Amino acid sequence: MDLPDPLLLARFQFAFTVSFHIVFPSISIGLASYLAVLEALWLGTGRAEFLTLFNYWKKIFAVAFGMGVVSGIVMSYQFGTNWSVFSDKAGPVIGPMMGYEVLSAFFLEAGFLGVMLFGLSRVGPRLHFVATLMVALGTFMSAFWILAVNSWMQTPAGYSMNAAGQFIPRDWWAIVFNPSFPYRLLHMLLAAYLTTAFIVGGTGALHLLRDATQPAPRFMFSMAMWMAAIVAPLQIAAGDLHGLNTLEHQPAKIAAMEGHFDTHAGAPLLLFGLPDMDQERTNYAIEIPRLGSLILTHDPNGTVRGLKEWPRAQRPNAAILFWSFRVMVGAGLAMFAVGLWSLVLRRRRRLFDSPGLLKAAVASSPVGVVAVIAGWITTEVGRQPYTVYGLLTTAESASSIGGLAVGASLTAFVVVYFTVFGAGAFYMLRLMHTAPKAAES
Amino acid sequence: MTLDLPFVWACLIAFAVIAYILLDGFDLGVGILFPFMRGEATRDEMMNSVAPVWDGNETWLVLGGGGLFAVFPLAYAIIMPALYAPVIAMLLGLVFRGVAFEFRWKTRRGKFLWDWAFAAGSTTAALAQGIALGALVQGIPVAGRAYAGGWWDWLTPFSLVTGVALVVGYALLGSTWLVYKTEGETQQKAYGFARVTGVTTLALIVIVSLWTPFLSDAFMHRWFAWPQVLFVAPVPLMVALAAFALLDGLRKRQERRPFCATVALFMLCFIGLLISFYPYLVPTSVTLREAAAPDSSLSFLLAGAAVLLPVILAYTGYSYWVFRGKVNRHGAYH
Repeated sequence: MDLPDPLLLARFQFAFTVSFHIVFPSISIGLASYLAVLEALWLGTGRAEFLTLFNYWKKIFAVAFGMGVVSGIVMSYQFGTNWSVFSDKAGPVIGPMMGYEVLSAFFLEAGFLGVMLFGLSRVGPRLHFVATLMVALGTFMSAFWILAVNSWMQTPAGYSMNAAGQFIPRDWWAIVFNPSFPYRLLHMLLAAYLTTAFIVGGTGALHLLRDATQPAPRFMFSMAMWMAAIVAPLQIAAGDLHGLNTLEHQPAKIAAMEGHFDTHAGAPLLLFGLPDMDQERTNYAIEIPRLGSLILTHDPNGTVRGLKEWPRAQRPNAAILFWSFRVMVGAGLAMFAVGLWSLVLRRRRRLFDSPGLLKAAVASSPVGVVAVIAGWITTEVGRQPYTVYGLLTTAESASSIGGLAVGASLTAFVVVYFTVFGAGAFYMLRLMHTAPKAAES
Repeated sequence: MTLDLPFVWACLIAFAVIAYILLDGFDLGVGILFPFMRGEATRDEMMNSVAPVWDGNETWLVLGGGGLFAVFPLAYAIIMPALYAPVIAMLLGLVFRGVAFEFRWKTRRGKFLWDWAFAAGSTTAALAQGIALGALVQGIPVAGRAYAGGWWDWLTPFSLVTGVALVVGYALLGSTWLVYKTEGETQQKAYGFARVTGVTTLALIVIVSLWTPFLSDAFMHRWFAWPQVLFVAPVPLMVALAAFALLDGLRKRQERRPFCATVALFMLCFIGLLISFYPYLVPTSVTLREAAAPDSSLSFLLAGAAVLLPVILAYTGYSYWVFRGKVNRHGAYH
């Protein structure tokens, strides 16, 4: 029997644990802001429905946040266990940024979470609102720093190398605000808001389908549909900017996402196809002439580079990227459509009693989560074969650990994550299935 | 004047680690005691005594690990693969016990499962941490810039003893915390457990302390060479004082003194550990200066830590103050 390849297992372990993890922060970034808005509305208007909604979503937030914390601790140690060479070499640059994440985000969230969850009667509404704001601020700061880290790995800047092969920080401003960071941060924050809007909207729709007269579900559905209608178009614009930035700094990633093997002017947009990395072509392609160039270069005759411009060993896997990217875009367009639909019905004053939209909202409640995972697969697989783009390969980054050790820990993570987070997802869904009740403490 | 950045950071990481051991120590200890404390009301009370603060407590672990990554990346890159199995076991244990805080209130039929997850997860995490600590004290072989030992090196009689010692020690922290935070029946049971775990902890401290110098000449020299012994002798003497304060406090049924004495005991053991380690970060392979990231990394993060750590301590203190006093059995939000 062949021993399993430790590098592949370590990569799979990272992909598996981070895919689970990213779902929870996406929800907690959005829900923390939503809770702050709800509490502000409650304090501002004194209407009880807002407090009802706050208490309702607070419980769901607590479950998601708890799962985010424990799956996040796993991430922070996994750099050392499976990727120790990467940790040694890139640690001087990315370590301090993660240190800032702990100091400015994790402590802030954790320190005020207890007050937010349990402390309303002890500290009074105003201080409690401060606690809610601090938790929301913490989720923002966390996104800021971890996306700075990820973006630096995608578009490294502001560093030099020492004799031991370590990246040495030269200019922290250039490191943090590296070329892809602003776009990635914006794209991710909007994604978190959209993800949450569709979860909240789907929940509201579910309860409206059961009883359209209750005020609390009407509030949440209406607020969520406003978010969908406003944020989905913004996200498409932000995604376009992010794509153009990627084209500039990581053109091979774009070539793989688009399934282009050959460089050509006036490149088509492929709607469907099966990229074949060995044969260097995309089979069964269905294409729209020149649209690829128009989207990527904003010129129908612009030149788009194909994967053949890079040696085989430096190409990211188009078979994965082509489809992960399309799943993300498809999910984004679906969210855009629901937002638009809600605007039309809102104008006709039929937002709450159109079963079609309500059912669509219920059905599309997990679409944001799908888009987040597909988007991260796109950007992370697209960074391959490097951990630090163009500078440190993934193969060089791994610890020299036996395949059995990595395989055993991977198995343990798979079993535990599916059990524990499966139960957590079940509890969250059950909470969302229960209608919000007034005067509950 | 220039700051000795690696030394300053070693102090800060040491602070994060002891903060973690003390703070998460008592809430892990509450989990370790769970199987021995029967009755739903008692368990709810135990859970509520730590529910508002456990997440903040565990964040010190992320600061300890993340800080090591940031400022001593070489040490992080050597220690994590060397302690692979215990680190993974600790992480999985923390997953189970961390989610239990929320999950056990979300189900009636399945509540016992999450009670079990809380207890088993807490015990596993504590045992794994103790084993990791013991394995680190024994020393880690290094070649070049990487761990050079085998995958079972961490498992030795010594590391098993330190593993058990930390489980019992955390149980002591947990039971004295419960003495401080609860009343009535729960408190009475906690007094009993504090006595048993207190005596056991003290015995294990003696065993580990006597064993450690025999692990390496450097440790032996540090603790028993003349005249150094004059500087290090106060540590065991103060351990004896703290031990007396603990047992005396328990006998007199005092509420706060046993917890404070246990905290002092942990701090003294930790200081003893630092005395043994210095100047090594990975005994006896890598010193803290060898492992340090360049000054541009250390100073960048130090600027933030200098501002943020006092703020963190302030609002952490505030959070503890908000939830001061005895736990209300019925008043929690769940």
